[in-house]
Amino acid sequence: MENKSEYNNKNEQNKKLLEVNDLRVDFKTHNGVVKAIRGASFELYQGETLAIVGESGSGKSVTTKVLMGILAKNGTITSGEVLYKGTDLCQITNKQFIQFRGKEIAMIFQDPMTSLNPTMTVGKQIREAVMEHTKLNRKAAKQRAIELIELVGIVNPAERYKQYPHQLSGGMRQRIVIAIALACEPKILIADEPTTALDVTIQAQILELIKSLQKQIGLSIIFITHDLGVVANMADRVAVMYAGKIVEYGTVEEIFNAPAHPYTWGLLSSVPDMANKDIDLYSIPGSPPNMLYPPVGDAFALRSEYALNIDFEEEPPMFKISETHYAATWLLDPRAPKVELPLFLRQRLQKEGAVHGN
Amino acid sequence: MIKYIGRRLLIAFVTLLTIMTLLFILLEFMPGSPFNDEKLSESQRELLNEKYGLNDPIPVRYKTFMVNVLTKGDFGVSYAIEKNAEVSNIIDKRLPLSIRFGLQALALGSVVGIILAAIAALNKNTIWDTMTTGFSVLGISIPSYVFALGLSYFLGYKLTKATGHQYFPMTFDIYQPWKSSILPTIALSMFVIATVARFMRTELVEVIGSDFVLLAEAKGLNSRKIITRHAMRNALIPVVTVLGPLTVSLMTGSLVIERVFGIPGIGDLLVTAISVNDFNIIIAVSFYYSIFYIIMQLFIDILYGIIDPRIRVAKGGQS
Amino acid sequence: MEKPTIGNDTRFERIMTSDAFQRDVVYEGISFWKDVFLRFKANRGAVIGMILIIFITFMAFVGPMMNEHTYKSKVDNHINLPPRVPVVENLGIFDGERAGKNVYLDKGLDDVYYWFGTDNLGRDLWTRTWVGTRVSIYIALLAVVIDMFIGMGYGLVSGYLGGGVDTVMQRFIEILSGIPNLVIVTLFVIILNPGILSISLALVITGWIGMSRVVRSQVLKLKELDFILASKTMGAPTATLLIQDLLPNIFGQVIIMSMFSVPNAIFYESFLAFIGLGLQPPLASLGVLINDGYKSILVYPHIILPPVIVLALLMLSFNLLADGLRDSFDPKMKQQ
Repeated sequence: MENKSEYNNKNEQNKKLLEVNDLRVDFKTHNGVVKAIRGASFELYQGETLAIVGESGSGKSVTTKVLMGILAKNGTITSGEVLYKGTDLCQITNKQFIQFRGKEIAMIFQDPMTSLNPTMTVGKQIREAVMEHTKLNRKAAKQRAIELIELVGIVNPAERYKQYPHQLSGGMRQRIVIAIALACEPKILIADEPTTALDVTIQAQILELIKSLQKQIGLSIIFITHDLGVVANMADRVAVMYAGKIVEYGTVEEIFNAPAHPYTWGLLSSVPDMANKDIDLYSIPGSPPNMLYPPVGDAFALRSEYALNIDFEEEPPMFKISETHYAATWLLDPRAPKVELPLFLRQRLQKEGAVHGN
Repeated sequence: MIKYIGRRLLIAFVTLLTIMTLLFILLEFMPGSPFNDEKLSESQRELLNEKYGLNDPIPVRYKTFMVNVLTKGDFGVSYAIEKNAEVSNIIDKRLPLSIRFGLQALALGSVVGIILAAIAALNKNTIWDTMTTGFSVLGISIPSYVFALGLSYFLGYKLTKATGHQYFPMTFDIYQPWKSSILPTIALSMFVIATVARFMRTELVEVIGSDFVLLAEAKGLNSRKIITRHAMRNALIPVVTVLGPLTVSLMTGSLVIERVFGIPGIGDLLVTAISVNDFNIIIAVSFYYSIFYIIMQLFIDILYGIIDPRIRVAKGGQS
Repeated sequence: MEKPTIGNDTRFERIMTSDAFQRDVVYEGISFWKDVFLRFKANRGAVIGMILIIFITFMAFVGPMMNEHTYKSKVDNHINLPPRVPVVENLGIFDGERAGKNVYLDKGLDDVYYWFGTDNLGRDLWTRTWVGTRVSIYIALLAVVIDMFIGMGYGLVSGYLGGGVDTVMQRFIEILSGIPNLVIVTLFVIILNPGILSISLALVITGWIGMSRVVRSQVLKLKELDFILASKTMGAPTATLLIQDLLPNIFGQVIIMSMFSVPNAIFYESFLAFIGLGLQPPLASLGVLINDGYKSILVYPHIILPPVIVLALLMLSFNLLADGLRDSFDPKMKQQ
């Protein structure tokens, strides 16, 4: 296939598993129509981890909800397609979607404190998922649930099976949520900021767990986060999302070592690091645009130090940088002035050499 | 859990004692003696007072009162309604009827209310939602006695007149105990239906929007399973709390429907007793209402513990 | 810092940023109260409820003055007259007819008009209905006042002080709320005789418990929030904290709660009057009137209608208003 990039160290065949084309989603609110996603396209390959990065409100969570078919009722997909195994998930009814949800595509949520049913034992919640998609009987499903609890690294699985969510710690609950997601051996796992609500030490454990499960089971993962540290650690490829659009995507090395979009520059510059302690931490000025009134042209131009006149007139197309690296910024147009990376970022990249995408 | 129930029992007991004391004080400070109305000479009245122990010092009478009520359910005799009949006998005859109507209305009301709430919440912001919500607002706004009057007038009187056949008797008839209890039960359950439907709808909408329902959806469960297994139980927890106010409304409602439909229950008895100053009966009925209310509150607390494992386990001392 | 542009397309010139360059677009912000007001205005039910309440209150005060009758004046040969309204009578309704016969003309009362008719003692129902409505309005006001002062005060003190005081105050409430209010009313009715005083006192004793619980739990929740802690660390005295920081934050809840207790109180008064334990005739309250009408409902159904309609409308309006206020203060409840 067309991808010959560095992340071939995993021996998958680069089979396209999921393809999202020009997805657009609107939400009706009593203030007006919020354009949450304004033409997002990306694909997911067999066995890889794709990270979608962006500030809150950039549309990353909405994207995952579309993939799961659990968009809130006031949201509508106005155009675009989501192709999975030849089916456009945007076109099928909720009833048909049930075959995909859980069985093909599973999801773990941000807050393990609220994503488990407080009145049902965790074991039953896992067993329920097992029984929904397999033909196992109650007893076999229970056995399977206990195995899953063990798989996600919880000791005394049989004991835990009988407990209620409020009796478990946050980290353990998230493991249970992962066990539920794995119950039907899905092909794709969507992780929506799965560690944000957890303590730092627990975060690392959960990330390790997800990584090792990926190796064992061969999952493809879409990882939603705003934490670039997590991205460097987890992802094969990165898509940077801003104001409902994907503004840059590429392999993790390309994004970290040769970022092309000013927004990505801003994101990278705002990560603290030990090497440059004396330099003031950079922060992107301003705040993301209100998507009730999406800006004309490049949505980031207002906050960018590198804005061109054209940014306020016309939306930039996706410029191809390499086979795997694309970015939507007019700076890549041959007519644009050459600009250098921000000093801060340049210094850091020189010091660190290259980031190794594990 | 045992400690929790024990604490609730203690509070219930203290409440009961407080009520009893209030009732006793009431008896003491009642304007005049129960024999005021009668044409008695001073000495005859004195004799009666002596006979009923009304001349004993207050602490003695307080003790007698407490012991009689709590151990024997003895409230003395009726002064006016059925002269010299044992109050407990009068109550015994009437209490079952009141309880029956209360339970019927509670059962009918909860079931219909929960069904309506589910219809509304699952079809949020559709015509079904508007209709059930409108219905429940009306149900809360129209006083139960007006509703009882309306039912009795239109279905009991007008319908019979128009069709020449009596589908629903206008008043309760001991010889047609089921047929004639339809209208009173509906009238009494109206408020229950409306309250449960209103409250439960809000809860259901909230639960349906919660993360764990989203996760259940992400598991690939169909809507029926999501509602029955995940949403209903969680939405029911807070609904248990409205059972308290509902009990109150059932009690006030019992006064009304017993009056309107001519049911010989204790609500009707209380109203009559107040109007003729039959103190012992007033006290007895008040006592039974209080007992019923206290038991109901205990039941609610315990039910809470059963439905919500968080309370059960926490109070049980685990974790 | 100027850099040469490639080609001659000015569209690709860089915009040099300066301090004056406005990167942040400020969108029109809406204050909390304005937001509440806008949402309230958009709620048709609540606005209708509000208008009806204003209308009914207005009529309660002006209605009885619109004719020469008083609530207890009787005219002996004007008993049980059906409603008759000038002008409207020509349309075939409110024309004083009963069973095909014009009762007014039969009695030779050509120029007499009773807009709501008369009762079995020949009293004007229009006047009696609006006089009776005054009682309901008074009860509504009383319920709000009790909620606002006793309920809120009790809840604030109990929740804010916490500790032993809170425990004692809560045990007291637990016992008090264990007594059915029917029993409390019975006590007052027997000691003070039926009437507005015993109902008012019963309300004073029991009407505030729900409110105090809501306020207390809100206070407990708010007490732990950072901004209260911040005020505390800056040395704000307790009273200032309560008034400046806590009150505005629980005000929405308080308004909603008191609006919900109003229809309850109105119901209670009318219910007691209906069963004969409230206001006593010839005094008029909606419950008394409904009881009067009920006695002759089979023969003269017109007597019961005005009080029933006014009472139902009044309670409906308060419920709609309360619902609307709740949705305006707490939009989360309705949307999503």
